[in-house]
Amino acid sequence: MSCGDPVSRHLEAYFDGELDLVRSLEMERHLSECEACSATLRSHRALRSALAHPSLYHEGPNGLESRVRTELRKPSKDTKSVARVGWRWRAIAASLPVIATVAWALVAIPRAPSDEQLVSQEVVSAHVRSLMAEHLTDVASSDRHTVKPWFNGKLDFSPEVKDLAGDGYPLVGGRLDYIGGRGAVALVYRRGNHPINVFIWPETDAGGDGEGSVRGYNVVRWRRAGMRYWAVSDLNLPELRELARDLQR
Amino acid sequence: MRLRAVRPNPAGLAIVHEPGSATLRRPRAEESLDPIELERFERTVLPHMRAAYNLARWLARSDHDAEDVVQEACLRAFRFFGGFRGGDAKAWLLTIVRNTSYSAWHRVGTAGTTVPLDEDTPDVEDGAPGPEDLLLQKASGQEVREALDALPVEFREVVVLRELEGLSYKEIAEVTQLPIGTVMSRLARARARLRRELRERLQRGPS
Repeated sequence: MSCGDPVSRHLEAYFDGELDLVRSLEMERHLSECEACSATLRSHRALRSALAHPSLYHEGPNGLESRVRTELRKPSKDTKSVARVGWRWRAIAASLPVIATVAWALVAIPRAPSDEQLVSQEVVSAHVRSLMAEHLTDVASSDRHTVKPWFNGKLDFSPEVKDLAGDGYPLVGGRLDYIGGRGAVALVYRRGNHPINVFIWPETDAGGDGEGSVRGYNVVRWRRAGMRYWAVSDLNLPELRELARDLQR
Repeated sequence: MRLRAVRPNPAGLAIVHEPGSATLRRPRAEESLDPIELERFERTVLPHMRAAYNLARWLARSDHDAEDVVQEACLRAFRFFGGFRGGDAKAWLLTIVRNTSYSAWHRVGTAGTTVPLDEDTPDVEDGAPGPEDLLLQKASGQEVREALDALPVEFREVVVLRELEGLSYKEIAEVTQLPIGTVMSRLARARARLRRELRERLQRGPS
C-alpha cells in the first residue's frame, strides 16, 4: 500500500484537498510515477463515492426549524436541560401563525451595525490561518507578472498586483482566500520578518476607510477602484499605513 | 471610523464542554430578548440546522434523540451567541451539537458507546486500501449506512464531518477539539475501519 517514498505520507491530505499548491504539484508528479500510490488514491475515491450516497444524509423532520425558532422566543422558566423535558408540538403548532408574524416583524428590523467588525474578525482569522497552516502563498513569486495571471479563471475579478520592493515591501506571492462568503485575493508582502496579507475583493457595501487593531494584529482598510482592500499584519501601524498609501498610489 | 478590538469570547463554549453541565448560568429570553441579536442569530446560525441535524442523528442513531439534541443545541448556541463574533458559524454550531450529544449521553449514562482509542497505533491491517475497493462503489446506501453506524462514535463523527459535511481538517479539529494531527490520524483509521466493515458486509452478501 505505501511505496515508502516520504511524499506518500501526504497522500490522504492530498486526497482531502489539504495540501498547498507546491506540495500538491509534488504529489501529482509522484502519482504519475507510482502505481502503488495511485491505487491507494483510487481506493480512497471509491470509499468516498460510496459515502456520497444521498440516503446517508439524515434530513431533519419537517418543521424542526420553525419549532426551534419558536423555542428561541419562548420565556424560559427552566434553565435546566430541555432534552428530556419533552416538547409540546401541538400547542406550538397552534401558535405558529402568531410566531410567523413576529418572525416577519423581526426580520424587517435593520441589521446589527457590526458588519465591519465581523469582516475585520474574519480577515484577521484568515491572516492567522495563513500563518498557522504554513500556507501563506499558493503562488510564490515576487514577480507581479506571475502573480496576477495566476488568479485568472480562479475568481470573477482581476486584482491589481503591485510589487513594492522599491519601497521596502517586497511582494512574496498570492493566495486564494475566502472572506465574507466569497472568494478573495490575498496578496502577501513582507516587511523584514513581518508577513502582511492584503485581502482584495469587489466592493459590495459602502464600508469606509479605517484602521485599528484586532486581537493584537493591525488592520488598515480602504477602497480603491471598486475594490475593498484590507491589510493585516503584526507589523506596526505606521508602517502598515505606509504600505496602504503605496498601494493606493 | 476606528475598529475596536473585539473582546475575546468570554463564556464561549467552555460551559458546554463541562460534561453534564446542563445548567446554564447566563440569563436568557424573557428578561432581555434582544430582537436584533435574535435576528442576527437566526441569519447566521440557523442556516446550518440541516448539518446540525445530520451530525446529531449520526451521533445519536435515533431520530427522536437527534431532534432533542438539535433543539437543545440551538438554545445553547443562542445563549452563547454573545461570545460569537464572526468566523465559521457552521463549525461553531456543530461543536455545540457535538457537546450537547455527549452531555446527553453522560446524563443518561450511555457513555459506554465510546471506546478508548490509542491514537498512535495505526491498525492498517484493519482495512488497508486495496484494488478490490473499487467494488465498494457498488455498496448500497443501506450497507454503507450500517457500516458507518457500526463504527465507534469517535471514528463515525470524523467521517461524517469530513465526507458528509465537507469540513476541512481545521474545522474538524475545531468541532472535535482535537489537534489537527490527531484529526488526520483518526480520519485515516476511521476510513480503514469503515473499509473493513464494508468489505465484510459485501462478502457476506445481501442479507
